[in-house]
Amino acid sequence: MDHALDITLSVNGVQVSRRVAPRVHLVDFLRDELGLTGSHIGCEHGVCGACTVRVNGEIVRGCLMLAVQADGCNVETIEGISDSGEARDLQKAFHEKNALQCGFCTPGMLMAAQDLVLKNIKPTREEIREHISGNYCRCTGYQAIVDAIEEVIQAEVVHGKG
Amino acid sequence: MKAPSFAYAKPRTLAEALELLARHGEGARILAGGQSLIPSLNMRLSSPEILIDITGLPGLNEIRSSGKSVKIGALVTHSQIEKSAEIKKHVPLLAQAVPHIAHAAIRNRGTLGGSLALADPAAEYPACAVALQATIVISNTKGERRVKAENFFQGLFETDLKQGEILTAAEFPSGGKSAFLELTRRHGDYAIIGLAAHESRCVFFNAGPRPVLVSMRKSLDETKAAAMKELDPPADLYNSSATKKHLAGVLLERAWTTLSTSH
Repeated sequence: MDHALDITLSVNGVQVSRRVAPRVHLVDFLRDELGLTGSHIGCEHGVCGACTVRVNGEIVRGCLMLAVQADGCNVETIEGISDSGEARDLQKAFHEKNALQCGFCTPGMLMAAQDLVLKNIKPTREEIREHISGNYCRCTGYQAIVDAIEEVIQAEVVHGKG
Repeated sequence: MKAPSFAYAKPRTLAEALELLARHGEGARILAGGQSLIPSLNMRLSSPEILIDITGLPGLNEIRSSGKSVKIGALVTHSQIEKSAEIKKHVPLLAQAVPHIAHAAIRNRGTLGGSLALADPAAEYPACAVALQATIVISNTKGERRVKAENFFQGLFETDLKQGEILTAAEFPSGGKSAFLELTRRHGDYAIIGLAAHESRCVFFNAGPRPVLVSMRKSLDETKAAAMKELDPPADLYNSSATKKHLAGVLLERAWTTLSTSH
């Protein structure tokens, strides 16, 4: 492997150490090295948002970050926030509102949507659209996705979580 | 869509970074947030021998206000600028510009220094820096040098940065009235045309190879005439040069109204 480096990072709470080539993106590393194929690869140049993951608590493009740059970082993927139950309300709302068809964009969309839920604000529909503007969905036309996110955020506010 | 092979180094001090840069010469590229560099690697538009990741350098991710000006380190991200109360108060033009930059996930990693050093003609910060008469701070092995933003941006992706130099910060004068306007087809797209205006300085972006400065005249009509004379924006896939020029005039009218009514 050319110029390979040793990295250690936390992925969904599990410490992992691997030797990687610098040219490998974080999302390829997660999928190919760790088998976490929930984060999808769409455009590979930062346009579609299908590879959205969380690094040190902030959402980032998995295709615009090298795996070596994640050395020492805390990475969370859709598998992590699904298993922990963090995304449960959003997943339920997406299901109920028909906010997905083929599902390709859904992991990235959920990561972006959960980021907005965690902000503890009450966004307008326009602000929800702005927040997911970097996540492309070619099936739904976004209306149902905005409905689902809006419902979850309103419920959080009603139940005093927000 | 996979990047070519390259080496990677993450220096811990500025001196170490400058030394690496000197040793590898043209084969080296500086990596900060990587939100423009990594796509260009993925598309194989660029094939450096080594990436020098400067995100481990101390002190470059700070926002420091001194009353007269605000010094923003090269590694400060768009999100940091967006959240900074100090920038909102002292350099509102930057705070107004940030929401127009790409999308949340990109703003979390993209940096001020990266955007300035890249000098993309469609980018927001270079125009803001010229409008605000910012000073660009550059480090090299001899020390530090400072360049006025107006002289820093020299052409299409071309700046005053010399081989072996690193952009470490930018200083923005505090205060004054400003207006930021940008037209796009969809949220987060590159601008069709944009305008960063501060006091009497109107700077258009995506209107030519580098930010285009038009100074405000006594009346809107005179200013518009001057802008029409100065601007020759290149056509893109969707908009002719004439359309862009017309839209530049529309933005100028809006900025004029904002600046003459705001306090």
